[in-house]
Amino acid sequence: MNDVLALFLIILGISFDLFGCIGLIRMPDIYNRLQASTKCVTLGTCGILLGVFVKFGFGAAGIKALICIVFLLLTAPVSAHALARGTHRSGIRLWDKSVCDKYEEDKRSTK
Amino acid sequence: MKFLRWLLGFIALGGAVIAIFAYLKVSVATKLILYLLICFLLSMFRIFKGPTPADRSVATDTIGILVIGFCGIMAVYSGKDWYMDIAIAWGLQSFIGVLALAKFLEGKNFDE
Repeated sequence: MNDVLALFLIILGISFDLFGCIGLIRMPDIYNRLQASTKCVTLGTCGILLGVFVKFGFGAAGIKALICIVFLLLTAPVSAHALARGTHRSGIRLWDKSVCDKYEEDKRSTK
Repeated sequence: MKFLRWLLGFIALGGAVIAIFAYLKVSVATKLILYLLICFLLSMFRIFKGPTPADRSVATDTIGILVIGFCGIMAVYSGKDWYMDIAIAWGLQSFIGVLALAKFLEGKNFDE
């Protein structure tokens, strides 16, 4: 029973990873790519690690998998935010069909 | 022309996924690792092609998170504990590296 549940969680996680990487190829803009890839890949990897926890139970590997889930959920949004901020400040424009850029208006109004 | 490119990519990806699932006579762990290999190849394509340095940084971040999932699958199907140690250490190194890349993209000094 545990093996079947772990295999189901791992397959769910790998499908999320695959869709995130397809978004990394498919999207037209750096910001769209960042959003698509980071969220999907983070959730998919958390699914895989949850499968590891279900397989091993409360042993050494299972507790390490839980710690790794918490660490990943804390650090992945921080790194994505830092990348988006650095990209916008280095002067890369949005896609020309994007409608709204609040950060640019903010930077102009504070100058 | 754009529709042709979309259709070609869709057929290639779907064909690879269905062929690995149905026609390949290998064990389950090898099939899962082959699916992850497709993810790695897509990210490597973005690293080689990406028009700006920021695209390459995003693909590097994605690869760094994917390696953690690879270590998890190896831990399940080989039964070794120390793959999870590698996963935690790799996640920490990848986080610090991506933060340094973001500060480098910003174009200022590190201590600002």
